[in-house]
Amino acid sequence: WINTTFMAFCHIYSLVMAFRACLEEVQLNETLTHLKTESETLKSKLEDERAKLHDVELHQVAEKVEGLGQFVMKTRRTLKGHGNKVLCMDWCKDKRRIVSSSQDGKVIVWDAFTTNKEHAVTMPCTWVMACAYAPSGCAVACGGLDNKCSVYPLSLDKNENLAAKKKSVAMHTNYLSACSFTNSDMQILTSSGDGTCALWDVESGQLLQSFHGHAADVLCLDLAPSETGNTFVSGGCDKKANVWDMRSGQCIQSFETHESDINSVRYYPSGDAFASGSDDATCRLYDLRADREVAIYSKESIIFGVSSVDFSLSGRLLFGGYNDYTINVWDVLKGTRVSILFGHENRVSTLRVSPDGTAFCTGSWDHTLRIWA
Amino acid sequence: MEEVIARMQDDKNGIPIRTVKSFLTKIPSVFSGSEIVQWMIKNLDIEDQVEALHLGTLMAAHGYFFPISDHVLTLKDDGTFYRFQTPYFWPSNCWEPENTDYAVYLCKRTMQNKARLELADYEAESLARLQRAFARKWEFIFMQAEAQAKVDKKRDKIERKILDSQERAFWDVHRPVPGCVNTTEVDIKKSSRMKNPHKTRKSVYGLQNDIRTHSPTHTPAPEAKHVHVQIPVINTACFLCFSSKNSLLAYTEQYVEYDPFLTPSDPSNPWISDDATLWELEASKEPGQQRVKRWAFGIDEVLKDPVGREQFLKFLESEFSSENLRFWLAVQELKKRPIREVPTRVQEIWQEFLAPGAPSAINVDSKSYDKTTQNVKDPGRYAFEDAQEHIYKLMKSDSYSRFIRSSAYQELLQAKKKVKNTCRLKVYLVELPKLAIPVKPKNMSNKMAPACRPYQLGADRVSITYYQNVLQVWIIN
Repeated sequence: WINTTFMAFCHIYSLVMAFRACLEEVQLNETLTHLKTESETLKSKLEDERAKLHDVELHQVAEKVEGLGQFVMKTRRTLKGHGNKVLCMDWCKDKRRIVSSSQDGKVIVWDAFTTNKEHAVTMPCTWVMACAYAPSGCAVACGGLDNKCSVYPLSLDKNENLAAKKKSVAMHTNYLSACSFTNSDMQILTSSGDGTCALWDVESGQLLQSFHGHAADVLCLDLAPSETGNTFVSGGCDKKANVWDMRSGQCIQSFETHESDINSVRYYPSGDAFASGSDDATCRLYDLRADREVAIYSKESIIFGVSSVDFSLSGRLLFGGYNDYTINVWDVLKGTRVSILFGHENRVSTLRVSPDGTAFCTGSWDHTLRIWA
Repeated sequence: MEEVIARMQDDKNGIPIRTVKSFLTKIPSVFSGSEIVQWMIKNLDIEDQVEALHLGTLMAAHGYFFPISDHVLTLKDDGTFYRFQTPYFWPSNCWEPENTDYAVYLCKRTMQNKARLELADYEAESLARLQRAFARKWEFIFMQAEAQAKVDKKRDKIERKILDSQERAFWDVHRPVPGCVNTTEVDIKKSSRMKNPHKTRKSVYGLQNDIRTHSPTHTPAPEAKHVHVQIPVINTACFLCFSSKNSLLAYTEQYVEYDPFLTPSDPSNPWISDDATLWELEASKEPGQQRVKRWAFGIDEVLKDPVGREQFLKFLESEFSSENLRFWLAVQELKKRPIREVPTRVQEIWQEFLAPGAPSAINVDSKSYDKTTQNVKDPGRYAFEDAQEHIYKLMKSDSYSRFIRSSAYQELLQAKKKVKNTCRLKVYLVELPKLAIPVKPKNMSNKMAPACRPYQLGADRVSITYYQNVLQVWIIN
């Protein structure tokens, strides 16, 4: 009798435990759902508060500003040499050299002024989606489907094999989408398809800081132009643009108004705002101090996504490279399109204004790069 | 694009589709290129014909409408006839048709009325290639083609015309004419995230598995199940909108004269005039008036410009108060060093500027000083962050304003621009693989400045430089 009751007791006990576990799980799910709803409520409350502070649109404030005249912007140089889609490019601080990378794994350093190729490296992977020039002009960084960011010191000796000196710095768990040196040759900031950004020490390859917060692939980043600042902005497939503090790793501001992937982000020259370009065919301007979107740059006739954006030196013009093979030039203050530039025969995949603002360079899937001024 | 197509096909406001009679036949369901252009200008806020043609060509290249008598998918603003593609073939159905399908299609084409549907050269080449590649299963492919041709023959003539052209347009998108852009190419960053890998349709003709070549199928990546609860980020420093927008305006206005796209640069923009004098001047140690003027915009401008920093330092040294700037510069430099060097550098900076009895003692508030003392015990790149911020504010409000008011700065600002007439003759040498006497570029840096000894040629000074296969003769007077 004792045996059977004991058995019965054990059975009941196990049932009760199982039931409790179920209950806990249900509770956990409920707590999770509850948290989710609470987070959504907070989000909409935040938007309401933001909206209250909004009084006028940027283009209304800019009404008194003089309009821009006609622009004559033409291709001044065409750089041919890549055998496949050009995916990324960056300027050297000397205002005339650039580095570019392409789908076939080639990374080329050009003197864009003379259109001569100065260095060429073949990466072991295809789709080199990111490349960057070091501030000193003595090295380049690149990466892509290999999930890494590698640094190549540029030698003055043309015969030297650059590939031999390659240094692997960053390691992600998915493709490298963008990389940038900070204002030093010794640190690199990267963003990846694994949803994170990271800051690395070049010499040791050590991870200095990682940045978590995007819910999907991070596609782009840009460092704040300030001498004293320690922030950068990133954009991702979760339609969000996040502003990060490099020191703490915290996300200090977040913007979610785009309707699709954000392919490119770029700071306004003063550092008080940034622009973004997205697959939803719009560019948007976000003011950091007002903490909201202040302008949308779009047109009914523009239905293809924006792959990359950059500002002219004064911040008055915003250049956008689009997947419909064109470049649209926007008046940042008035919100209108100033010019449309044709020339590329396939998507414009990358666009950067030169360090002194005298020209901008575009790279395209048509295998070429063009300098416009 | 599909939204635009829907509007184009709208009964009331879309493009009128009609059947055109020509000689012995009727051309069903067409509209002209000009009609497309006109519709776009009217309905899509497009300003000119060039833009309309560009957008229209793109839509054609993606396969949403096509010219009925041309493999090359472009839009022309004339009487060329176009037809809409059937939604079955739209790109949004994620087609990735295989070569077996293409082989069946080309084979079928050869069985049809030759006069009307002869294979183009590139198609004939592709067919030959596919015949070699699929030699073993060619019988099956042939049978498929035959079966389809039979079915097609039974169809209504008009319907057949339309379907044939649509099928051909589909293949023009997926197997474009050599030299044309392949619009089906996808950015790998996006394709690897394809939301619905099951949606990829591989066979247009429903060909079954075992005969097709085994191509790797898309296996959906196991979705990491993690619930992401977004914590809304609250920005504490929230300016009033109006003032911040005004500051954007103010910044733009201030820098308009420095923006080469808005104000023509002087000297000329090197990219436009092919003359790099602008960069040479900037690289020289003598700053131009415009550059010096910019330093007055804010302390960041002085700190950003190496010549500005130098001048600022010089000024402070003359006042025996340079330790603040030197400290700030040292900390900036610290943050640029490899992590390995950081601990030593931190100690050095501490000793030089902050330790009791430091040779270049700086004045920091007690809170920052205490914090820094703590940080130095476990030195990291940000050990001096608080002190640096304090010093920066001090410089901004004190030393910087004195610098801008100083006679040294004012002198630089007033300095007359040195008028330098540089005349240059460029002699391009086509090939210089081997020279008897190798001409070594003397003092050649990567900058364009003629950095070699000038010769005297009468009243003019002449320099000769050789760089990158280009011999340049400079006459400076």
